[in-house]
Amino acid sequence: MTVWLHIVALGLLASLGGALWRVWCGPSQADRMMAAQLVGTGGVGVLIVLAALQDWGLLVVALALALLAALAAVGFIKAQTPDGAGDPEETAPPAGWQNRHATGQADKRA
Amino acid sequence: MMADVATYVLTALGLVFFVAGTVGLLRFPDTFSRLHALTKADNLGLGFIALGVAFQADTWAQLAMLALIWALALLAAGTVAQLVARAALAQVQEGE
Repeated sequence: MTVWLHIVALGLLASLGGALWRVWCGPSQADRMMAAQLVGTGGVGVLIVLAALQDWGLLVVALALALLAALAAVGFIKAQTPDGAGDPEETAPPAGWQNRHATGQADKRA
Repeated sequence: MMADVATYVLTALGLVFFVAGTVGLLRFPDTFSRLHALTKADNLGLGFIALGVAFQADTWAQLAMLALIWALALLAAGTVAQLVARAALAQVQEGE
């Protein structure tokens, strides 16, 4: 059992390596964020397996990691979209959001 | 003994789903299909691993903790999938 659980943990770590490759290549920032999400999920998986192997207290660490991964993604999206991805039913961003930087600069010049 | 067999089978299944999700993340052609592979397959894999490990747990508190972790991961994955897809859509439209 111990050997098998170590193999599972190693497999999960290999999967995390794939996620890191995706972070490296991108191409879009959303891809990088998704890979970061995978690192979160995979990290939780590794911690669960290690909890069975070593110390069940690691489950608390896994819970904290799951929380942080979710919050990291929300932070990314708040920074990416004009209204913080406000309306999930919306199929397109609000009109004029693409010029938000330009307008900001214009305001500074004025 | 039966519990050990269940752990072997379920963690193996979980590992398969995890690897499938990662291969999808690496190989799928565009952002949205990669998002699909990531948020479904990987969380199913995590669920199987949590279930498999649950057969080794000693107390009910550990079982509850495992269930809580998986529930949180599922909730987060569902929400994040929608939000990231919308952020990616905004980027695609900006590039046009």
